[in-house]
Amino acid sequence: MTYKRKDLLGMKDLTKEEILYLLETAQKFTEINERDVKKVPTLKGKTVINLFFEPSTRTRTSFEIAGKRLSADTINFTASSSSTTKGETLIDTVKNMEAMKSDIFVVRHSYSGAVKYIAEHTDAKIINAGDGLNEHPTQALLDMLTIRQSKGRLEGLEVAIIGDITHSRVARSDVWAMTKLGVNVRLFGPTTMIPKHSHVFGCRVCKSMNEAVEGADVIIMLRIQRERQGKLLIPSTKEYAKYFGLTKDKLALAKPDALVMHPGPINRGVELMSNVADSDNSGVLKQVTNGVAVRMAALYILGIGNNKGGIDENAS
Amino acid sequence: MSAKEIMSKEEMARTLNRMVFQILEAIKTEDGFCLVGIRRGGAVLAKRMADILAKEGKKDIKIGYLDITLYRDDLTSIHDYPVLQSTEIDFDITGRNIVLVDDVIYTGRTIRAALDALIDYGRPKKILLAAFIDRGHRELPIQPDFTGKTVPTSRNEIVDVQLEEQAGCDCILINKKA
Repeated sequence: MTYKRKDLLGMKDLTKEEILYLLETAQKFTEINERDVKKVPTLKGKTVINLFFEPSTRTRTSFEIAGKRLSADTINFTASSSSTTKGETLIDTVKNMEAMKSDIFVVRHSYSGAVKYIAEHTDAKIINAGDGLNEHPTQALLDMLTIRQSKGRLEGLEVAIIGDITHSRVARSDVWAMTKLGVNVRLFGPTTMIPKHSHVFGCRVCKSMNEAVEGADVIIMLRIQRERQGKLLIPSTKEYAKYFGLTKDKLALAKPDALVMHPGPINRGVELMSNVADSDNSGVLKQVTNGVAVRMAALYILGIGNNKGGIDENAS
Repeated sequence: MSAKEIMSKEEMARTLNRMVFQILEAIKTEDGFCLVGIRRGGAVLAKRMADILAKEGKKDIKIGYLDITLYRDDLTSIHDYPVLQSTEIDFDITGRNIVLVDDVIYTGRTIRAALDALIDYGRPKKILLAAFIDRGHRELPIQPDFTGKTVPTSRNEIVDVQLEEQAGCDCILINKKA
């Protein structure tokens, strides 16, 4: 099992083997997060810069903790307080950071493709922490890790992704990755939030909430972005909650041990009711815990990989 | 292939038995000791040592397994991506006597990494080292307390410890590096 790429940009381009290698490595890192001393010296002397051109608390903190637990020096850079507001171009900003001899950039940007563009213009390693409506690869990995821990497998599972599919990079990364691993993904949401050309995903698009939930092993509820598209695409959040929200009654149609997930932050009472979010079926906080392990795995795999080659394995 | 067998299955069993009794003789204190095997070879040998001890009536010897990949000082220069193994130490090592077990001691760098890893888990009273094969060429001031067999080697040889649990048979071979 290997991962020879410079960057981690998305799930669409990865092979099944590469995804499994990332998952295996992440599973091993979960143990470190349970220790008293939650730190290993692996990336000592490496510099990781969190380049966030879009606000984020959870993902940025998760990457920061992951870097620190691997002993890397982690620095946060937020666009609002930066030179980008003074008119510097994206590549100039990155080149300046690179000139300070940084090893890995963790990048989030509101434009799809911006992270790939940066990756092509720097020698530093790039991890995509979310680009526009395109991808959010570490979220897909932590989703799959959480599912695999709960169900013991991925292949053959019925996974429903419900909500604003069109504007969700989480949904895209999940679909690309899960279909490669043999998961049966079904999608559901208001017609205004289902992509026009959804057939490219190769998944079933459901017609009703009941159909979407019925017999599901896993239900992933997406966040309604109230501050953004939400206002234009749905009449009201109350109506959304009624037809597209996950309630106890709807959950009863899924498998009895169905796992409910959400990428956060949750709009309680809109897409996910409190008595579901806090029930035994909920894997929401487990997802957050696994997020750190997944990001440690990504930083580790990119951070140690310089492929100089040569020394034998017998170096006891 | 110029593989030379330097130890047979029977010799290995005898040697491991002897090492266990040496450890028992050396650690006579009331509080006993725990075994910690370094993945992968050392972990298998530590398990076998625990089995021998169980036959001797010492059934309550605690055993843990250590993966030192994340503590290596040569991570960026080994050719392929190392596959992480899991570390399983489900007891508190603070205040205990620990016998660290590895199959081959060579440069000493693995043991250096293992000591760092172990100390992240707590503060043992004492750490002792049991190495099944000592092939020389140390690069650090680290020596085993218990040695199975000392084998003079050159740097362009590879000591291949084959264990039933992993390779399907017990034997130790010396190969010339290709």
